Amino acid sequence: MFDLFFQSSSEGEPLWWQMLASGLGWTLATAAVAWVIAFTLGSFLGVVRTMKNQWLVNIGNAYVELFRNIPLLVQFFVWYFVLPGLFPAVKKMVNDMDPTTHQFVTACVCLGLFTAARISEQVRSGIGSISQGQRNAGYALGLTEAQTYRHVLLPMAYRIIIPPLTSETMNLIKNTATAYSIGLVELFFRTREMGETTFQYFHAFGAATVIYITIAMTANIIMGIIEKRVAVPGYISGAK
Amino acid sequence: MFKISKLSILIASAITASALVGAAGAQELTGTLKKIKETGSITVSHREASIPFSYLDDNQKPIGYSVDICNKVVDAVKAELKMPNLSVKFQPVTSSNRIPLLQNGTIDLECGSTTNSVERQKQVAFGNTYFVINVTAAVKKSSGVNALADLNGKTVSTTSGTTSVALFKKYKRTETADIKSIYGKDHAESFLLLADDRVAAFVMDDVLLAGQIANSRSPADYKILPESLNTEPYGPMLRKDDPQFKKIVDSTLAGLMKSGEMEKIYTKWFTSPIPPKNVNLNFPMSPALKAAFTNPNDKGAE
Repeated sequence: MFDLFFQSSSEGEPLWWQMLASGLGWTLATAAVAWVIAFTLGSFLGVVRTMKNQWLVNIGNAYVELFRNIPLLVQFFVWYFVLPGLFPAVKKMVNDMDPTTHQFVTACVCLGLFTAARISEQVRSGIGSISQGQRNAGYALGLTEAQTYRHVLLPMAYRIIIPPLTSETMNLIKNTATAYSIGLVELFFRTREMGETTFQYFHAFGAATVIYITIAMTANIIMGIIEKRVAVPGYISGAK
Repeated sequence: MFKISKLSILIASAITASALVGAAGAQELTGTLKKIKETGSITVSHREASIPFSYLDDNQKPIGYSVDICNKVVDAVKAELKMPNLSVKFQPVTSSNRIPLLQNGTIDLECGSTTNSVERQKQVAFGNTYFVINVTAAVKKSSGVNALADLNGKTVSTTSGTTSVALFKKYKRTETADIKSIYGKDHAESFLLLADDRVAAFVMDDVLLAGQIANSRSPADYKILPESLNTEPYGPMLRKDDPQFKKIVDSTLAGLMKSGEMEKIYTKWFTSPIPPKNVNLNFPMSPALKAAFTNPNDKGAE
């Protein structure tokens, strides 16, 4: 049953388990870079959407609606096929790039911007769930708006949103599978390739299922540890 | 008198023979035919952009060379089972899901542009070969690429899930070639990469390349390299170990080939204007295909 993973895809090619492992590497790398983009931009947008300046709020809202309402597969297609076709400068840039690098960058940017919209929604609701009194207390102490966010609101908001952020992280890892559509050789691409070449779909997808569950569960456990570490006694998960 | 009695013996033996044939015909149905009889329907798969074998016309209806051939097989099934009102369902498939969908019973017959290979025969069965192709590359005339060797240092596209992937990988190893490849998930996407100058060549079956070129915005910009990475037969795909159904498929195709009707279907799709743009592929019948029509067979590519 497992000997298939120790067979070569074709003469001179790596063994199947090595192919899957290299796919896993791309999956993790894509998820990690995309998460950094998503967390940074998502936090920024989330904060902006709770500020007093109505213009900034509108821009933030428009971003979220745009990226949240377009299917991820469509976004991949737009980033990879449409954008370079529209702008000659972009096309020149991507043609000079190594094709694999281009696929990787596209996947990170696409997933990062998509997930940023969702994280921004969580950050916004996290800040919104803190009572108005805390913000006022900050101002009463003479803190500026930026200082109030940095020292009063955000430290609590991030703690509050750890559970939804955990599922978003797991979603992001699983969403990397859609990068197969632009030909990025990540885990799902390799799984399909293995199925198509050997016709042993059960083996290929069985292995992929186990790997995806393992990495998503690992992310879950890590986030759980972080949640415990940073818990404020008497607040939500810090109750115990 | 003597003559007459000889004739009556002949008649008698003819009646006996036909009775025997009738008995053989009434043998218990198995496999796909049994399923068709029980469900009252047959599901035929089609592709969405395998021009001119199997693709969608302006009304999203599957048409093409393989679809015409499959319809003949369906007619034969209707006659065999005496079910003139058999319901025929069309199910779109891709390069990647056609084999699993056939194996799990979603589709009963695959008529697209599927290479019959020895490797695939371990999983599925194929009817008689109805087309023979060469795996080669399409390039832009302006690119200055005239042979596969000219692709050194360039990037090419190919469609994932096709036999071209493995062939091209093998080619990359034999030559001291430094070629990068990227994968489209269907032929239209792989061709888009070429049309957009994102890659220097699109490696695929010659006839599929001709189909993509004929339907592109400016067909005159492209050419197909004369070299061949491999010659492969196309055939209708059906489930393995299903002798009754395979017999119908094979005898229908052999009949079409012997009667010359196959050539008419060929002319209709390969050397005449075809929908949706009334483009003529101008793809005359190759000697290899003529040989396959003269001697119907289901031999797979190595």
